[in-house]
Amino acid sequence: MALHDSQIAGALTKASVLENLGAVRAMIRRHKRNDIVFAGIGLLALMLGLLTLLTLFIDLVMDGYPRFNLQFLSEFPSRRAGSAGLLSAWVGSALIMIVTFLTAVPVGVAAGVYLEEYAPKNWFSDLIEINVSNLAGVPSIIYGLLALGLFVYGLDLGQSILTAGLTLGLLILPIVIVSTREAIRGIPVAIREAAYAVGATKWQVVSDHVVKYSQGGILTGVIIGMSRAIGETAPIITIGALTFIAFLPPSPISDVAPYLNFEWLSSSFTVLPIQMFNWLSRPDHAFHINAAATGAIIIMLTLLMNGTAIYLRYQIRKNIKW
Amino acid sequence: MNTATNMLNHFTTLPISPRLAKNIRRNFKERIIELILMLAALSAVFTTFAIVAILLYESFGFFKTVSLIEFFTGTQWTPLFEDAHYGIMPLVAGTLTTSFVALAVAVPIGTITAIYLSEFASHKVREIAKPILELLVGVPTIAFGYFALLFVTPLLQKIYPGLPGFNMLSAGLVMGVMIVPYIASVAEDAMRAVPMSMREGSYAMGATRFQTAIRVVTPAATSGIVAAYILAISRAVGETMVVAVAAGQQPKLTFDPTEGAATITAYIVQVAMGDLPHASIGYQSIFAAGLVLFALTLCFNILGHIARKKYREQY
Repeated sequence: MALHDSQIAGALTKASVLENLGAVRAMIRRHKRNDIVFAGIGLLALMLGLLTLLTLFIDLVMDGYPRFNLQFLSEFPSRRAGSAGLLSAWVGSALIMIVTFLTAVPVGVAAGVYLEEYAPKNWFSDLIEINVSNLAGVPSIIYGLLALGLFVYGLDLGQSILTAGLTLGLLILPIVIVSTREAIRGIPVAIREAAYAVGATKWQVVSDHVVKYSQGGILTGVIIGMSRAIGETAPIITIGALTFIAFLPPSPISDVAPYLNFEWLSSSFTVLPIQMFNWLSRPDHAFHINAAATGAIIIMLTLLMNGTAIYLRYQIRKNIKW
Repeated sequence: MNTATNMLNHFTTLPISPRLAKNIRRNFKERIIELILMLAALSAVFTTFAIVAILLYESFGFFKTVSLIEFFTGTQWTPLFEDAHYGIMPLVAGTLTTSFVALAVAVPIGTITAIYLSEFASHKVREIAKPILELLVGVPTIAFGYFALLFVTPLLQKIYPGLPGFNMLSAGLVMGVMIVPYIASVAEDAMRAVPMSMREGSYAMGATRFQTAIRVVTPAATSGIVAAYILAISRAVGETMVVAVAAGQQPKLTFDPTEGAATITAYIVQVAMGDLPHASIGYQSIFAAGLVLFALTLCFNILGHIARKKYREQY
């Protein structure tokens, strides 16, 4: 085609324009058509993701439909597919999320604040930054191996809720750090200067102004991180989580002072994605129905969390104008 | 903290003004806070070192019994059998095959999506499309595993009746769709970094949007697009649940995607699901496999970052 076009261009210099007008117009038409064709292909490529997501979700909902009832959430796993439920799995997921939140958020926000507000420009800060961006690219299963060697056997925490929570906390740390930094970067220097001008110390500036005003952005990152953690399967399997748990961890709240009980941290557990994986890897099709129902629940949870985060970010962008 | 109080006492006994004392206390508190924040930031460095240390330590035990030559050249991987062989090649072959299938899907579709979003789509379309791509990234991979095993494989079996229930093709295809958003977002980022004046120059010569996109913007953004591909390879190599569910658990030295074979990640999952005694050779073997995986992804990540940095500096 390129040769053809250049022939036309060559002809233009030699012969009169009028004689070749038809060919030139045909060329322009062809190129305009290419434009439209490509725009169509591009839109199709773009839709592929959405279509897959829709198909996946509808498939899960249709397959898992028979198990959408409250009994599914209030029963322990069982040998019989029809009476097996998710109770221990969702309780396990919820408790692990508490540990993950309590570790990843303080450490991640503090690290983000340090890198953005305190870190001097030197090799030391570069080292930290390189590590953060590298950790974001480490496959999640490697975190599982780290936890297996370090938490389970090295620190002797066992295959407990604490181990799983810490593992996922480390996993989402880069997400929290990066979103904290991005949120802080959006705060104009003038805000800091104003606070310094009235005699605030660095920490007062950071805690009362910078972090406070970037709360929304930080929250967005935290929600995305938590939704990642809730669906993460590989690292939890690697630390050796059990798949058949027919009891609940001890309750975190007790009726005697100090009303808090930390025994649940060392309890064994299972989580939603592991329960799904377990049911999925059984040959009996009846268990696949359970897996589909679990998958639909996990997807709904993560879509809801991600959707909230995206909406929140949109609102922040729309409302805040410095 | 004790030395701190001592220090403060020391200062306060000196005849200094209360204001100076307050300042000293204030500065001291600031220092402590900075130190705490720095420790938090150092946790990233600590994690990296811990990963490397644990993988090396446990692999070291593994390589006491298995020679490096057998590990890298052996064609059988059966650490849990009576007749144990420790050749990592079958797992690497499985990993490369699934990744290749995934990239064969994700590279063209991701690139076209990126070009479309950066050069063709209106502001409105972009505002809607990008969050949807983000949602796709957020879907847990185990759900994609279900999709590959119980939706895509039966579909493919209608086309190729001989396809086994566990095969690398369907796992790779689904993984490909999964990593499209990664390629699209990094490549789009690179294309949007190309200065507007280059596009305007092209339009002024009478080029259409398509010609400008293909002959001006894409070549100018090459390093960024390559970075997107490299980061996608790293994703595909490290992806676990899709292949563990749908590609099979049998290590097999084959590059044929219509067969089932275990990947490095699937092997780790398989072993971890069983109950292996601590410090046994089987236990150590997952760390050796993990070390290979970590080294592979680290190489790709570093290459990707270099390529990415290049386009950021270019304009």
